[in-house]
Amino acid sequence: MPAVARVAVNVFRESVRDKVLYNLVAFAVLLMAASYLIGQLTAGQDVKIIKDLGLAAIATFGLLIAIFIGIGLVWKEVERRSIYSILSKPVSRAQFVVGKYLGLVLTLSVNVIVMSAAWYLVLAYMATTVGEATAATATDPAMLKAVALIFVELMLVTALALFFSTFSSPFLSAGLTMGLWVAGHFNEDLRNFQSVVDSTAAAWLARGLYYLLPNFAAFDVKYQVVHGLPVPASYLASTALYGAVYITLLLVASVAVFSRRDFK
Amino acid sequence: MDAIRTEQLTKHFPIGFWRPRPYVALHPLTLSVGAGEVFGFLGPNGAGKTTTLKLLMQLIFPTGGTAEILGRPLGDAATKRRIGYLPENPYFYDYLTAEELLTYFAGLFGYAGPERRTRVARLLDAVGLGAERRLPLRKFSKGMVQRVGIAQALINDPEVVFFDEPMSGLDPLGRREIRELILRLRGEGRTVFFSSHVLSDAEALCSRVAILVGGRLVASGAISEIQALDAGGWDVVVRGLQPAVLDALTRAGRVTTSTAVGGDRYALELPASEQPHVLLSELAASGATLVSAHPLRSSLEDFFVREVAAASRDRRLGPS
Repeated sequence: MPAVARVAVNVFRESVRDKVLYNLVAFAVLLMAASYLIGQLTAGQDVKIIKDLGLAAIATFGLLIAIFIGIGLVWKEVERRSIYSILSKPVSRAQFVVGKYLGLVLTLSVNVIVMSAAWYLVLAYMATTVGEATAATATDPAMLKAVALIFVELMLVTALALFFSTFSSPFLSAGLTMGLWVAGHFNEDLRNFQSVVDSTAAAWLARGLYYLLPNFAAFDVKYQVVHGLPVPASYLASTALYGAVYITLLLVASVAVFSRRDFK
Repeated sequence: MDAIRTEQLTKHFPIGFWRPRPYVALHPLTLSVGAGEVFGFLGPNGAGKTTTLKLLMQLIFPTGGTAEILGRPLGDAATKRRIGYLPENPYFYDYLTAEELLTYFAGLFGYAGPERRTRVARLLDAVGLGAERRLPLRKFSKGMVQRVGIAQALINDPEVVFFDEPMSGLDPLGRREIRELILRLRGEGRTVFFSSHVLSDAEALCSRVAILVGGRLVASGAISEIQALDAGGWDVVVRGLQPAVLDALTRAGRVTTSTAVGGDRYALELPASEQPHVLLSELAASGATLVSAHPLRSSLEDFFVREVAAASRDRRLGPS
């Protein structure tokens, strides 16, 4: 097993022992409770609400894990000096950073898979309590397209958190990552900024930011899958490619910063 | 071939945010350590010992100069497979057990399967943690963590081992065990480079030492060659010494001070000019027996104090 994989597996082990999986249990309980309550309170809309709630929960829990584990990935190793022993072994700084990233992506993938499975189980149960027409679409596999894009989005958030954690404190890294995540969801507004301002300079600045900031809104197809609207495979592929390019650039930048750092 | 060689190795750290000015953590350092040597790197806190070790491990990068380990420049990937490093006050992942940690580190060297298991078990036994191998590291005392640190530094049977304050946090028994371990490593032909501020550790183990004060190399060589640490007399304890004999020795200036320490014993301080074996044979002829004899060296601490005072004096008098 190469050094990158060994570092990644160790991150995964740390995450599991750090009780991240408790999040999953909390999520599952929340979802079950919500499905029961909503089943009592609503008529006809309960499956749609569970779909909305499930996707939102997968995205939110994943975001929390990506940010709050991601910001400590490198910082904790440096602060506690455990990095001294690792880097004296046959592990380059680039392998260390990439290994850390892949470890958290592995943790996120397990989380997303388990949460999605719980979500589909609830939907399958709800399908037995509703009419035939609604039941037919309750567990539509096409909804996994939204889950896939949520996962790519979480990988991008993790890369951002990791990048900031290579040179700043966890508090600052969390703030910056969260700030970019929020800004990235309003990216379309930046593109259309020229229609609401007269200043050419401001419009150009907004256009520049539109291209520079990660466009998180592009990963959000929750509305489409919940309402049974088509999400073309070409859209999935191009958005995933956009995420992959952005992630690669962030990892290259993280390695570049980390490779020059003095561990005082 | 030298196992370790530095040439004008220098490190400055910028101090201040708006207008950073350099703080010289290590003045140009040139030294070499031969293969198979146990080399002591001595100095008070803040002398630059850990900075030098971090430079050699590429945890920080030099401002100037060069260094080689096993004839290869620093950072060479193949060299990392041939060295071991114990950081000062090490910390390891507290969610792992000692066995898991060593297994992880052994894997980074490419060890797998039964060979890895055997290696990990042997090392944990060697540092006295065989019984605690499945205990999470968060439950380990400081001394136990230090032992894990020593084990991980030896996981790849390194040719050159760097120990930063290896005795730190250990009780007297642990210190003795680590001394024996270092002697065993020397016996196996490995090079050991260790930092310490305890002279007796260096005396017991090292073929040569270098002394660093304020980031500058102030002395290097065999301890016996370093004049500042020369014996300034002898401290001898004898039993059955006749008072008349003691009186005659004191009057002749061959004994500087004498103290009755009870049980028919006297502690005598001999001047540097006195040959202890001559005096001891005379005392034996008068019926006295030797209990102990130690050279009265200028302590390393005294040496550090003198050098630090001299360095600050030089700074005051030097060009501004």
